[in-house]
Amino acid sequence: MTRGAITIQTDRCKGCGLCIQACPQHVLVFGEEFNARGYRPVQLDERERCCTGCGVCALVCPDVVFTVYRQPVRRAA
Amino acid sequence: MTMLLEAEAPTTTAPDWELVYQRPQTLVDAPTHYCPGCSHGAIHRMVAETIDELGIRGCTICVAPVGCAVFAYKYFALDSCEAAHGRAPAMATGLKRVLPDRIIFTYQGDGDLASIGGNEILHAALRGEQISVIFVNNAVYGMTGGQMAPTTLTGMRTTSSPYGRDPLTQGRPIHITEMLATIPGVAYAVRRSMHSVAEMRKVKKALRLAFQAQMRGLGLSIVEILGACPTNWHLTPTESLDFIRDRMLPEYPLGDFKVDERLRD
Repeated sequence: MTRGAITIQTDRCKGCGLCIQACPQHVLVFGEEFNARGYRPVQLDERERCCTGCGVCALVCPDVVFTVYRQPVRRAA
Repeated sequence: MTMLLEAEAPTTTAPDWELVYQRPQTLVDAPTHYCPGCSHGAIHRMVAETIDELGIRGCTICVAPVGCAVFAYKYFALDSCEAAHGRAPAMATGLKRVLPDRIIFTYQGDGDLASIGGNEILHAALRGEQISVIFVNNAVYGMTGGQMAPTTLTGMRTTSSPYGRDPLTQGRPIHITEMLATIPGVAYAVRRSMHSVAEMRKVKKALRLAFQAQMRGLGLSIVEILGACPTNWHLTPTESLDFIRDRMLPEYPLGDFKVDERLRD
């Protein structure tokens, strides 16, 4: 399985939770703290499962807070 | 481009990480005024991505509507102008005739396009204007506080139909896209939805075809997108996606109502 990573622009997140519902790996959760606009932004929680870099969170996000990276699959030389 | 990153990105700077997704260049790096869970933000982003992918950023002009998307000109890094309520197709007609080498699109809501602007869109279609229309249907007037729109579902409660829309006195919902599909000047008329990941991918493809129809000079193209309005529906963002699936789709079936044969190749 590919390994992914995301960065979240937490000051832009409005805490709608659409990405939490859409994430196939269920690695996104609401954070404990509030951002400057009073919303609880999402954060990555990789304790149980890992982000695969599929980009679904970026697709559903209305506020474009995600940047998605992926580690290419290494094939045996 | 530079981005403000509050979340740390420790591993992603390594050279073996490939960038899968970042903010499209056509979308201005600024916060939007939309409510949490509003579909406008995601539709803006998909329009911007489509413009980036087609490489038409330098020659595209956006015509912003009146309604929730009234500030669309602030969010697109494009030349834009603001039309009077419902008059975006008329303004786009003028722009396209004066500047025929530009790509002109209007971005309109249902209160703007289906109600006060019904005449404008109808006659722009009858004339076969070479413009693209992005029509976001969320079944209420969003900006003014959730009043009944022509697209409001039968029985749906709004601030101006507190007992539910009664077809005997308030009529039935209007199906703009089906109506426009009957007009010869229209090259592309489809309805899409924002309620699931798969459907959102189809929205993106439809936007691309709508712009391509204009670039090939085939006629007017319209993409109707069923969007969520959690605030005025009094639902959570995730519940409002279920509302689209369970309540709006039976009234507004998704599909391609007209696709010009020359677009299929």
